[in-house]
Amino acid sequence: MFAFLLQSVASTFDRPAIDLHALAPEFVLTGALVVVLLVDLFTPKGSRGIVPSVAGIGILAAMVPVLTLALDGADRSMFGGAYVVDNFSLVLQAMFLLAAYVVVLLSTNYVAEGDYAEGEYYFLLLCALLGMLVMASSRDLITMFVALELLSIPAYMLAGWRKRDRRGNEAGVKYYLMGVFASAVMLYGMSLLYGISGSTLFSDIALAVARGNGLGDTTPLITLGVVFVLIGFAFKVSAVPFHTWAPDTYEGAPTPVTAFLAVSSKAAGFVALLQLILIAFIGRDDVVGPLMWVLAALTMTVGNLIALRQTNIVRMLAYSGVAQAGFMLAPLAVVGSNSDGARSAVVTYLLIYAAMNLGAFAVVLIVARKTRSAEIASWGGLFEYAPGLTVLMTVFLFSLAGIPPLGGWLAKFVVFRALLSPDLTAGGVILAVVVGVNSVIALYYYANVARQMWMNPVPDGDRTPVRIPFSLAAAVTLSVVLTVAFGVSDLATHLGDLATFLPA
Amino acid sequence: MDDLLLNQFLLLGAVLFCIGVYGVLARRNAVLVLMSIELILNAVNINLIAFGAFWGSITGSVFALFVIAIAAAEVGVGLAIVLLIYRNRRSVDLDDVAEMKG
Repeated sequence: MFAFLLQSVASTFDRPAIDLHALAPEFVLTGALVVVLLVDLFTPKGSRGIVPSVAGIGILAAMVPVLTLALDGADRSMFGGAYVVDNFSLVLQAMFLLAAYVVVLLSTNYVAEGDYAEGEYYFLLLCALLGMLVMASSRDLITMFVALELLSIPAYMLAGWRKRDRRGNEAGVKYYLMGVFASAVMLYGMSLLYGISGSTLFSDIALAVARGNGLGDTTPLITLGVVFVLIGFAFKVSAVPFHTWAPDTYEGAPTPVTAFLAVSSKAAGFVALLQLILIAFIGRDDVVGPLMWVLAALTMTVGNLIALRQTNIVRMLAYSGVAQAGFMLAPLAVVGSNSDGARSAVVTYLLIYAAMNLGAFAVVLIVARKTRSAEIASWGGLFEYAPGLTVLMTVFLFSLAGIPPLGGWLAKFVVFRALLSPDLTAGGVILAVVVGVNSVIALYYYANVARQMWMNPVPDGDRTPVRIPFSLAAAVTLSVVLTVAFGVSDLATHLGDLATFLPA
Repeated sequence: MDDLLLNQFLLLGAVLFCIGVYGVLARRNAVLVLMSIELILNAVNINLIAFGAFWGSITGSVFALFVIAIAAAEVGVGLAIVLLIYRNRRSVDLDDVAEMKG
C-alpha cells in the first residue's frame, strides 16, 4: 500500500531543476554552521578562539560563491520563480556576509570573556545570517516567511543571551513578543494576499494586486493585505509607532548582538520591504506611497526627538537607528513616480549605514572595555587618553549625521535625489524638507558625544590607555575604510544602481 | 468551494484574529499573550486552508503546514524566555518587566 502510494507520487512528481551554483552561498553557510557546532563539541572547554575563527572563515567562504555568481553575471531563477539570484540579491547577500563578519569580529572578545555558551552563540548568529541570505533571494510569500523566521528566532535568543541578567531577560521578551506579534499580523496579511491571487509568487500577486482577480471587487481585501504585510515589516525595521522594542532590546542585549540587530536585522527588513513594494505591490502605490510617507516622517522625527535626551550611548544609537530607518523609508514614499530611484537610494543607504553604524558600535565596545559603562558622561576626555579612537568615533558620528565627505553624506544625498526626481511632487518636496530638518536635529546629539570626547575632562581621572584587542581593531579599521571610501567614491551609489531585480 | 462557504471560514478567521489581537494588547500574563498569538496564527491557518480549497490548489495547505511548524519553534523559544523571566523574578506579569525606560 505504502509502496504503491510512493510510486504514484514519484510518477507525478517532477524533480525541480536545482542550480547548485546559485544555491552555493547558502550551502556553504549551512555547512559552516554545522561545522561550528561540531568544533564546539570536540574542542576542550577553555580553548577559546577556535569557534569564532571557524565562524569567520565560514562566512568568508560563503562570500566566494557570491563573488563567482557576480562575475558570472547571469540571473538565475529557481522553483518557478520563488527563489532567484539577481543583482539585487547578490549585492545584499555580500553586504549581509560582510556585516556578519564584522559582527563576529566584534563578538570574539565579548563572548570569550563573558560567561557565554560560545558554540551556540556563533551557531545562532550563522543561522540568522542564513535567513538573511535567503531573504535577499526570496520572491515568494512562503520563502520570505521562512527566511524571516529563520533570521528572527535566533535573534530572539541572542537578544536574551544574558540569561541571569534581568535586563537581558527584558530585552529578550520585548523583542520576542513584538516580533511574533508582528509576524502574526504579517501572516494574516499574507493569507489575504494568497486569497486574492491564488498564488504565493510575487509575480502572480503583482498581477492580482494591480488588476484584481476578476471575482468581484477585491480592492478592500488587497488594501488590508498590503497594509498588514507592510506593518509586519515595519516592526522589523523599527519604524515609529512600532519601534518601542528597539531601545530596550538594544540596551539589554549583549552589545555585539545589538550591532547585529541594528544593522543586519534592520537591513533584512528593508530588503523584504523593497522586494514586496517594488515587485508584489507595485500596482498599488496609491496605498504604499502614503503609508510609507507617514511612517518615514514619523519615524525620523520621533526617533530624533527622543534621541536628543538620551544619556546612554547604546540607547542613543538605538534611537538614532530608528531615525536612520526613517531616512531609509523616505524614498519608498515616492515609489509611484520614481521606483528605480527609490530602490537604488535604499540599497545605497543600507550599505553606508551598515559600515558607519558597525563602526560606531565597535568603538562603543572598545571604550566599554575600559570604562565598564555605556553612559555618555563616561566618555568625557576620551581624546586625552585615546586620541586615535576619538578621531575614529568622530568620523562615525559625523558620518551618521551626514557631514561631507563621509559616507553618511552621500546616503542623505541619494535620499534627496530620489525624493526630488524625476519631477517635483508635493509629497516628495515636503518629505525632503522633513528629512532636511531632521538631519539638522540629529547633528545636535551626535555632536554632543563628540563634545564630550574632545572638550570635557575625564570623569574619574583615569588616563590609562585603552587596550584594543586585534579583532576589534580589525572591525573598526574595516568600518572606517568603508565609511570614508563610500563618502569619497561613487562605490555605494554604483552598487545601488547595479542592484536591479530580475524582470518578472 | 462556493463563495458562501468561503465567507463563513473567513469570518471565523477574522473573529479569531480579532480575539487574538485583543488578547495580545489586553493580557498582562506572558503565557496568555503567547496563547493569543497562537489564536492569530490559527486564524491565518483557517484563512490559508479556506483560500486553498477555494482556488483548488495545494499551496494554501502547504503554507499552513509551514506556519504550524514554524509557530511551534517560535513558541518553544518564547516559553524558554518566559521561563527565564519566571526564574529571575518569580512572576510572568509583563507589567513588571519594565526596568528600562526612556
